[in-house]
Amino acid sequence: MHFEYNIIESDFANAGKASSEIKKTMKQLNIDAQKIKRMVVAVYEAEVNAIAHAFGGTIFVDIDSEKICVLIKDSGPGIENIELAMQKGYSTASAKVREMGFGAGMGLPNIKNNVDDLDIKSEVGVGTEIKMVVNFI
Amino acid sequence: MKIKEIAQIIDAKIVTGEDKIEREIKYGFASDLMSDVLTLDEEEIILITGLCNVQTIRTAEMANIGVILFARNKKPNEEMLELAQDNDMIILQTKNSLFRTVGLLFKAGLNPVY
Repeated sequence: MHFEYNIIESDFANAGKASSEIKKTMKQLNIDAQKIKRMVVAVYEAEVNAIAHAFGGTIFVDIDSEKICVLIKDSGPGIENIELAMQKGYSTASAKVREMGFGAGMGLPNIKNNVDDLDIKSEVGVGTEIKMVVNFI
Repeated sequence: MKIKEIAQIIDAKIVTGEDKIEREIKYGFASDLMSDVLTLDEEEIILITGLCNVQTIRTAEMANIGVILFARNKKPNEEMLELAQDNDMIILQTKNSLFRTVGLLFKAGLNPVY
C-alpha cells in the first residue's frame, strides 16, 4: 500500500493532518496499537519539523505485512550539522513554532526513540530526506 | 479518578465530552511543550496545559490521550473542539492557574506519570 501527502511551507494550521491520516489507515489495518503510536509520534514530529523548517515537501508512506516506511523529502534549506540537530535541546525553531508547543530541540531525539530504523540525509541548499521505519514483526 | 471528580475539584467547565465524565483517569501530566507529551508511554492521562491551539489536540490524538484540561482560562476554538470531538476526547477548562490546578489534583490523589 502506497500513499503520499504534500507538505506546504509554514502551513502550521494543517500540521498533523498527514500523521492523523496515517494513524487512521494503520488502525483500519489492525496494526498493534503500540506500533501505531510509535510511528505516528515520529511522523508527527517530522511533519512539524518539515512545515517549520522546509520549503515544502512530500510524505511517502509504504505499508506491507512486515513494516511501515515513511519517507519525508523536502526541497531545502537542508540541515548543516545532523549530529548537532540530533542533540536534545538543540533548536533553530522560530517563535511561531515555539508558540505551537514545539521547538525545544526534542523532535529528532523523539523520532529516534520511536522508530526501528532512522536514516537522515541532508544537503544544504538541496534538501533533507528522513526515512523512518517501524517493523511489525 | 473520575473525570467528573476532577472537574469538581478544580471547578472546571466540561467543554465537550459531557457523556464521558464517568471515565477513569490514572495519571496527570502538565506541560506546555508538546514534544514532552509525545515522550510518554502511559495513555490513561489527563493532559493539563496552558497551550491552547490545534497542535494541543493533535498531540493528544497522536499520544492516545483522551482528556485535555486547559488552565489559565484558555478557551479552545471551534476548530479545536471539532477535532477533539472527531477523536472522542473530553475537553475541560478552568480559570485556575496551571500551578493551582496541578496542586489541587495532586492533593486529591491524582498520580503523576513520573
